[in-house]
Amino acid sequence: MKLKHRNRFFYAGLIITGIVLLLVLVGVVYTPYDPTAMNAQEKLQGASFRHLMGTDNMGRDIFSRVLYGSRITLLIATGTVALGAIAGILIGAFTGYYGGRLDEVLMRVMDALFAFPSILLALVFVSLFGTGTWQVMLALGVAFIPSFSRIVRSEFLRCKNADYVKSAKLQGASSLRIMFWHIMPNCKNVILSAILIGFNNAVLAEAGLSFLGIGAQPPYASLGKMLSDAQQYMMTLPVYVLGPGLMIFSMVIGFSFLGEGVRE
Amino acid sequence: MRYIGKKIGMMLFTLLVVSLCVFLAFHLIPGDPALRQLGTNGTPEQLAALRHEMGLDRPVMVQYCSWLLGIFHGDLGSSYVYKIPVTGMLGEKIPITITLALMSFVIMILISLPLGIYTAKHKDGKIDHLIMVLNQVVMAVPPFFAGILLTLVFGMILKLFTPGGFVSYHTSIPGFLGYLFFPAIAIALPKSAMAVKLLRSSVIEEAGKDYTRTAYSRGNTTNAVLYRHVLQNAMIPVVTFMGMTLADMVAGSIVIEQVFGIPGISRILLTSINNRDYPVVEAIILGIATLVIVINLFVDVLYRILDPRIAKEDEA
Amino acid sequence: MSDIILTVTDLNITFHDHNAPEVAVEDFDLTLEQGEIVGIVGESGSGKSLSALAIAGLLNRHTLTKTGRIIFDGQDLLTCNRNVLRGYQGDEISMIFQEPMTSLNPVKRIGWQVEESLRIHQPEVTKEERKARCLHMLEAVGLHETEKVYRMFPHELSGGMRQRVMIAAAMIGEPKILIADEPTTALDVTVQKQIVDLLIEINEQKHTSIIFISHDLSLVKQLCHRVLVMRKGEVVESGDVDSVFYHPQHTYTRKLISAIPQISLED
Repeated sequence: MKLKHRNRFFYAGLIITGIVLLLVLVGVVYTPYDPTAMNAQEKLQGASFRHLMGTDNMGRDIFSRVLYGSRITLLIATGTVALGAIAGILIGAFTGYYGGRLDEVLMRVMDALFAFPSILLALVFVSLFGTGTWQVMLALGVAFIPSFSRIVRSEFLRCKNADYVKSAKLQGASSLRIMFWHIMPNCKNVILSAILIGFNNAVLAEAGLSFLGIGAQPPYASLGKMLSDAQQYMMTLPVYVLGPGLMIFSMVIGFSFLGEGVRE
Repeated sequence: MRYIGKKIGMMLFTLLVVSLCVFLAFHLIPGDPALRQLGTNGTPEQLAALRHEMGLDRPVMVQYCSWLLGIFHGDLGSSYVYKIPVTGMLGEKIPITITLALMSFVIMILISLPLGIYTAKHKDGKIDHLIMVLNQVVMAVPPFFAGILLTLVFGMILKLFTPGGFVSYHTSIPGFLGYLFFPAIAIALPKSAMAVKLLRSSVIEEAGKDYTRTAYSRGNTTNAVLYRHVLQNAMIPVVTFMGMTLADMVAGSIVIEQVFGIPGISRILLTSINNRDYPVVEAIILGIATLVIVINLFVDVLYRILDPRIAKEDEA
Repeated sequence: MSDIILTVTDLNITFHDHNAPEVAVEDFDLTLEQGEIVGIVGESGSGKSLSALAIAGLLNRHTLTKTGRIIFDGQDLLTCNRNVLRGYQGDEISMIFQEPMTSLNPVKRIGWQVEESLRIHQPEVTKEERKARCLHMLEAVGLHETEKVYRMFPHELSGGMRQRVMIAAAMIGEPKILIADEPTTALDVTVQKQIVDLLIEINEQKHTSIIFISHDLSLVKQLCHRVLVMRKGEVVESGDVDSVFYHPQHTYTRKLISAIPQISLED
């Protein structure tokens, strides 16, 4: 009964994520229109067969822009999670395994970083280094380090005195080998689940930033920016709002269902 | 009590470190604010004069110290762009953002405590399943999208409020709070969903522990066991989460203010970032960092009230 | 001394967690007299703890069915109204458990927890009197500096002290029956002896009937008047302690007895 319930989440997540990924992949090779091409004759049209999600205030095809914007969002989310996960896992592994002064200092820094809202951290980054896709990726990536380092550290703390570690030590395995060969495989479940959660948060954070106009710059499409442009037309052209909005929603809920399913 | 004193000391030290980091970050990056202000056609003499006027010709640490001393006098420096004191620029806006964040926080508590307890109590019932699925859905809606949908449904279709018709707290406090209600909902919804989930699992976990059996063996009713025994234990992780959430809500306000056209610190922060108006950005970031640190102190104290075991560890 | 205060007949407990129903306790019978100490021994999984929990009214999972009768005070505890049952719990029938650490609420003060039964069953007692009785009770179970203990939290006490606190909390309402589910298993050997002595003292002074569940035969022999030997959900042998120990009828009982280290047999 319980298992079935979990699996339902998992399959729902798999299907939603599959559709989203398929759309994005198709969007890489083919979009119905050029996402940046304006057409003064076809401004602010409703959904039709010519324009599946209608057109925006510049006459650009919204569906094509949603596909393009999702690609950017996924790209940034992937980069963010990769950066956060790699740096976080390394920091967590070393601090957890060795402990001591370094551990204390780094964990304090991680705590401070963790407490500070990631959107604001990204805003600081952007104000220092300028706006753009890479800056956003870097900023969010840094903000995501603590969540990974914390869980990996606690797993390492738990495992480092386990019998199999002791026996590996007796056999003369090096510290690095013990850390990444013996202990790391035990962390893969928590890391997987952290990656799925991280992906969610990254998509949400990127969308929020691009809504504020930070991230991919016009004329390139980003889901958040499209939503903020669409706001003034929401009464007359709801599809303009719903298109990008539902895309973000589908990405996040797909991954969160997957996460729910994987957790057990 | 001695512990709290120690904590406040540590908090002040953290604040000092944070202020130094913020200041250095904005002063060591390449790009001369004076040069940017003057444009490319100023003479070197004009530039030097402007740098002197802005205090940029002094060593960085001297600049930092005078900035820090200024803060204690309520002087956060002047905007590079508007040439007016930062305090004046922000003074009017801060109460709006803080009110919005606090309101979201209260709404989150009002939603999540009853729902979390209810779903835990009726675990695996129909309503529990429904709420848990709804929870997942709500968590996946970005706050600004929720904000747009709320505006559409409650503002434009049901006409419960006027989108863009912000009411200043000088004009009418009820009107002001009324306008902030839906924005606060947009911020609170996803956080409430997380809080419900956390509280539910925490209550369920605690309810399975031995001490609840003891409580039943003394003749407690289910509700008495829940409210007198389980809840305090179950709240321990929830309090930590909610503390972190309050800081997130301030950040969330920045996005939501844009959606609902609320003149809080959001617009100023964004334009200042675009204009590289560092004194303003610095002041806002430092302000939020201070808030985060103070909230952490509060959570810490609350934590110790809820969980006496922590207090013991620290004293030892 | 033949006032029977508790009669359990044909108690059956069946689990329905898995596909096939699983009988955990089968045709369990027990009579308990006023002032009597009955031991229930058996290895883990023999159903001894389940029977005790059922008597205390603490087995209320949906995945399990109970049949039979547990008659106390003219009421069948298995079928009576929940409110009636709650009226007995902590007031007439109290229970202490194996793990004194986890059985106490970690975030509540000792005094609050010891007084709880009084608060529930005798709400007319004033705060001051409650505290006085609590302090008296703490002293009676052998704790010192009771004013200090009253304000402490469970983690500040040792395992033995915690179990004494549990006993104080169970006894404060002066119940007729105290059910002790392996109360000494988690404790050091020296502390075990003290707890057993305390139970004997309570039994002698208050004439409280005690159901003592243990897998430790030597403790049962020291403490109990009568004993039930359980195996795989069934009572295989019962009778007075001496006859069961010196003339065991069932092979399983013999095996258990021969497993006791000799030293404890001779004392």
